[in-house]
Amino acid sequence: MTLSVSNLSKRYLENNQEVEVFHNLDISLERGSFVSLIGPSGSGKSTFLNIIAGIELPDTGKVYLYGKDITGTSGNVGYMFQKDLLLPFRTLEQNVRLGCDLRGLDKKTTSDSTRKWLERFDLQEFANYYPHQLSGGMRQRGALLRTILFGQSTLLLDEPFGALDALTRREMQYWLLSIWNEMQNTVLFVTHDIEEAILLSDQIIVLSKRPAEIVEILDVPFPRPRNPELILSTEILEIKKKLFHLLNA
Amino acid sequence: MLKKVVNIKNLFHYTPAMLFLVILISVWQYTVNKYEVPPWLLPSPLKVGQALWETKSLIWGHAQITILEISTGFSLAIILGILVSTLMTLFPFAKRIFYPFLIFSQTVPLIAVAPLLILWLGYGLLPKFIIIILVCFFPIAVSLLEGLEVSDRDLLNLLRSMGASKWQIFYYVRWPHALPSLFAGLKIAATYSVMAAVIAEWLGASQGLGVYLTRSSNNFLTDRVFAAIITISALSFLYYTIIMLLTKLLLPWYSQISQNND
Repeated sequence: MTLSVSNLSKRYLENNQEVEVFHNLDISLERGSFVSLIGPSGSGKSTFLNIIAGIELPDTGKVYLYGKDITGTSGNVGYMFQKDLLLPFRTLEQNVRLGCDLRGLDKKTTSDSTRKWLERFDLQEFANYYPHQLSGGMRQRGALLRTILFGQSTLLLDEPFGALDALTRREMQYWLLSIWNEMQNTVLFVTHDIEEAILLSDQIIVLSKRPAEIVEILDVPFPRPRNPELILSTEILEIKKKLFHLLNA
Repeated sequence: MLKKVVNIKNLFHYTPAMLFLVILISVWQYTVNKYEVPPWLLPSPLKVGQALWETKSLIWGHAQITILEISTGFSLAIILGILVSTLMTLFPFAKRIFYPFLIFSQTVPLIAVAPLLILWLGYGLLPKFIIIILVCFFPIAVSLLEGLEVSDRDLLNLLRSMGASKWQIFYYVRWPHALPSLFAGLKIAATYSVMAAVIAEWLGASQGLGVYLTRSSNNFLTDRVFAAIITISALSFLYYTIIMLLTKLLLPWYSQISQNND
């Protein structure tokens, strides 16, 4: 088991009222698996990721990575947000290597791997550009690259492609899958998009409304590499229907 | 090639203002000639130019002192402003102690404090430094303080998720994020500093452009008063330009963004 959480609960104070965002969540991810998390908005998906990333503390429960308790400690997983959050005063290259710089890794090694990855992502010509000079898709690719170069094998992706147009989003999904294939990362992927979840994941976890609980854990049986046309097929319609009803229940 | 085009465009950009200036000066010259205004009341632009030329070594002598005062006072204000704002950002408790005083310091009228400083510290350079620091410190400290407040929670969360410490967040995000704001404050402070130096000299000094200004005024040498005004304005403009150039040089990303927004 790579990443697992047990008995995780979180309450918030909202307008002077205590709201339980989620209750007793138990999730565990196989090593190298791609798991999507979907649920209605307000079901605390971002809070859930924040807790795994160690930015927030749970009220009850623990987070384990490779059996080690990492509750409340940060820097153990790569975390990517919906916004690209590239720093406007760093060039693309400097942004991409931010995680390595923060961890104090060797400068030479960092430069080499940064260059290699920029090339891999077709971004080498833009290495010295500032974020405002790049398109939305390029910026998001940079953010993805920064998450990967941070060097942790477990990735949390919080609706990373939510702000992109459909075409760019397809492209980004392709990039993500090709990296995942190569690096064997364990990925926890939050999305609103049912089709995206089906196309990318091995497993889909469906959360309920507040206080969120796990409604269903669905295995996605299709072999890889998956063709984007898969979403047009009839087999997928069953899963789509099921997810749709679960989400709108 | 591209640079040349841009420069020519800039020239055209300022042409209307230049033309307006020429017209203004011509009207001034014409009126003074036509109505034979006495030179002690209002000298003609030509006479002002003449005074500027004839007393140029005298003015330069005074200007050197003023430049020394400004450069020292301004630099000290920058160091002090950076120190205090950084301290207040890193230690919120320090902010709670100092911030009210920072605001309060702005309610004290400079013109009332300056004579006291001269009374206590004499006619030397020290009270001038202090007056310039008093004037420049506030815009520098406040603008830097504002810049250091990074309001984007997601951005801070990203850094925290990467295990960044408070110091690393300061070094990697807050400080570079604050630089445009700091430089905006420096621009304001640069022009204030010249004014502060002249006022300080006015109230008691043996050398400096403020002294030249009061002496000329007391002797009804109005053309020299104008010459002093021109010199002081030129000095302000010089400091302003230096800050502008530094902004362009040190914050290339920022000048590009602000140019795009123009």
